[in-house]
Amino acid sequence: MSQLQERVSLASLAKGARAEIVGLDETGVPTPLEAGELERRLIEMGLVEGAKVQVLHEGFPKRDPIAVRVDDHTVALRRAEAQAVMVIPAGDEA
Amino acid sequence: MSDQSPPKTSPRIALVGNPNSGKTAVFNALTGSRQKVANYAGVTVEKKEGLFVSPAGTRVRIIDLPGTYSLRARSPDEAVTRDVVLGRMQGETIPDAIVFVADATNLKQNLRLALELRRLGRPIILALNMMDAAEKQGMAVDASELSAELGMPVVGTIAIEKGGVQGLLDQIDRTIQVAETEGWVGSQAECGWSEPSSHDLRDYHREVERILGRAVQVPPKPHGLTRKLDSVLLHPLLGLTILMLVLFLMFQGVFSWAKYPMDLIDAGLSGLNAFILDSMADGPLRSLLTDGIIAGVGTVVMFLPQILVLFLFIQLLEDTGYMARAAFLLDKLMGGVGLHGRAFIPLLSSFACAVPGVMAARVIENRADRIATIMIAPLMTCSARLPVYTLLIAAFVPNKTVLGGWVGLPGLVMFCLYAAGIVAGLLVAFVMKRTVLKGDREPLLMELPAYRMPRPKNVGLALLDRAKAFLTRAGTTIFAMMVLVWFLASFPAPPDGATDVAIRYSAAGAIGHALAPLLAPVGFNWQIALALVPGMAAREVVVGVLGTVYALSDTGEALHNSLGAVLAQSWSLSTALALLAWYVFAPQCLATLTVVRRELNSRFWPVAMFVFLTSLAYGGAYATFHISRWLLGE
Repeated sequence: MSQLQERVSLASLAKGARAEIVGLDETGVPTPLEAGELERRLIEMGLVEGAKVQVLHEGFPKRDPIAVRVDDHTVALRRAEAQAVMVIPAGDEA
Repeated sequence: MSDQSPPKTSPRIALVGNPNSGKTAVFNALTGSRQKVANYAGVTVEKKEGLFVSPAGTRVRIIDLPGTYSLRARSPDEAVTRDVVLGRMQGETIPDAIVFVADATNLKQNLRLALELRRLGRPIILALNMMDAAEKQGMAVDASELSAELGMPVVGTIAIEKGGVQGLLDQIDRTIQVAETEGWVGSQAECGWSEPSSHDLRDYHREVERILGRAVQVPPKPHGLTRKLDSVLLHPLLGLTILMLVLFLMFQGVFSWAKYPMDLIDAGLSGLNAFILDSMADGPLRSLLTDGIIAGVGTVVMFLPQILVLFLFIQLLEDTGYMARAAFLLDKLMGGVGLHGRAFIPLLSSFACAVPGVMAARVIENRADRIATIMIAPLMTCSARLPVYTLLIAAFVPNKTVLGGWVGLPGLVMFCLYAAGIVAGLLVAFVMKRTVLKGDREPLLMELPAYRMPRPKNVGLALLDRAKAFLTRAGTTIFAMMVLVWFLASFPAPPDGATDVAIRYSAAGAIGHALAPLLAPVGFNWQIALALVPGMAAREVVVGVLGTVYALSDTGEALHNSLGAVLAQSWSLSTALALLAWYVFAPQCLATLTVVRRELNSRFWPVAMFVFLTSLAYGGAYATFHISRWLLGE
């Protein structure tokens, strides 16, 4: 199941997809926040290297925002900011 | 022990925790109703302070600080939490100890802040709240291991259960005892806190994982019920449909459930009125009591049940965890007009009253997003406009059912008025975000808490706060306005041999006549013009003033019925519709303008708000008046 896959962003995952976070990179994400702030907020929400995530729900329209299971809790975020979360997919839920 | 002389000052404890950790429930469990809400000096953040006597007999003062994920403080609320625990808050002494409330079912997310707080070097007690839910999920917490690893006492609490905070109370006593024998940590204690970088946050996170690995066993799949519920409630189409149904149910509830208590209040007021009429001789004082105070203030107090039902819904949505889902569901749609999903909460509160709505906009950290939300908050129909809507609808809209008998026509009209406000608000936001308030949207990063059963005690205490605030307002601002209006409407007395109604000769009549030409193009007569003046202080006063102006001495429902009948005779339907349209935008609320000035710390925005709302109201009423005249051939 966990063969070595390429890093993708959390924003590209579809509903049901599971993944593990391998890095945070906020460059290129449009945000009104100062540099480094988005990264800190993501960590505060538990979106940090090593966390196991699964996309549980998608908003409407354009499947945005997404609700992501992060270890023991659920976090809602937009796909725009989810671009800063790099993950390695771990296969869809059975 | 308890007969020892008490310490010179009661120890002060601060409650700190993440949002959704059940901190307020712990606060309520500790203090019961011995709490008061005030404001911190210089800022508008609410300060909740309470008092309790510990089992050993010490009086302890406790403050409930706004929930936060870190002391980095991203919003004014979070800045209060940071400044109070760091002792930087002006006018506040640094707390002697901290009770950190953590959601036991979500320790990985919660304990990071405990590590951050530990750096403050002050006594901390970790309260693992919602232990019952954690145990039900099969979590096993080794409290002594956790305590040893964190270096702070750990107690389990079930804030919503009787006796569920006993362990915490005992621990507070032990902490006080230790501090009193060893001396309280002075305010000059070494504070090792500095704003954490992303490296620090990662370190905290790893440390929490290490500690939890030793002290807590977590089963693989918790929150099964929440996930199942969310698969329906967060479904793109089903979820939005349910949200609309919830809102519709809320409006129906406001009208049908509140009817019985409103009838009771009405009966009470009528009885009081009859008693005064029987027991007092006719004269100015009797007139002031019956025509001025009972008719005026009484009509406003009548709406207490409706306001409470509305706040009950908002509180339930908040306590169950549904409010965050609503923000999730609406984020993309609201993003279409440039608003943040979190703007939903202040906007929903604005349906009760724009003042708490504007204050709730603090949850939006970005200033441009916040201004946009605040500017449209008054367009959400607040409960103070309900009396006006109710009166005019009862007078002018036939009580028929439509759509196959499922929906009452009055209810439908009411829904349309609410919808008109919402649509106007979204349009205004759309225009503002593309012109004066450009910029990227604040990110949406929000926990979706597990669903919880709301607790009657917490809901009850919150409603009690609301009722107190409303009645205080009715007893002060509105009371004063009513006396003033009665005075203006009664003096000077009509000359001998006057042919017209007495009020035409009064000061109020003069003001109404002076304003009337300005409002004539939108179909308002001088009575309406007059009523809009005191309506500046409180919108709902308009009904009372119309009652006084049309010289009626009935109260409550009777006033409504008879005033409605009088209005139906003396106004055209177009005038009534124009007034309804005016009230959709209703610029006349001093309280809202004041709070906007305070919240945004700006003179420009409240003035801008007044100008644009008045223009919208005038334009809306003008268009409504002329279109309906044309359609109805009046």
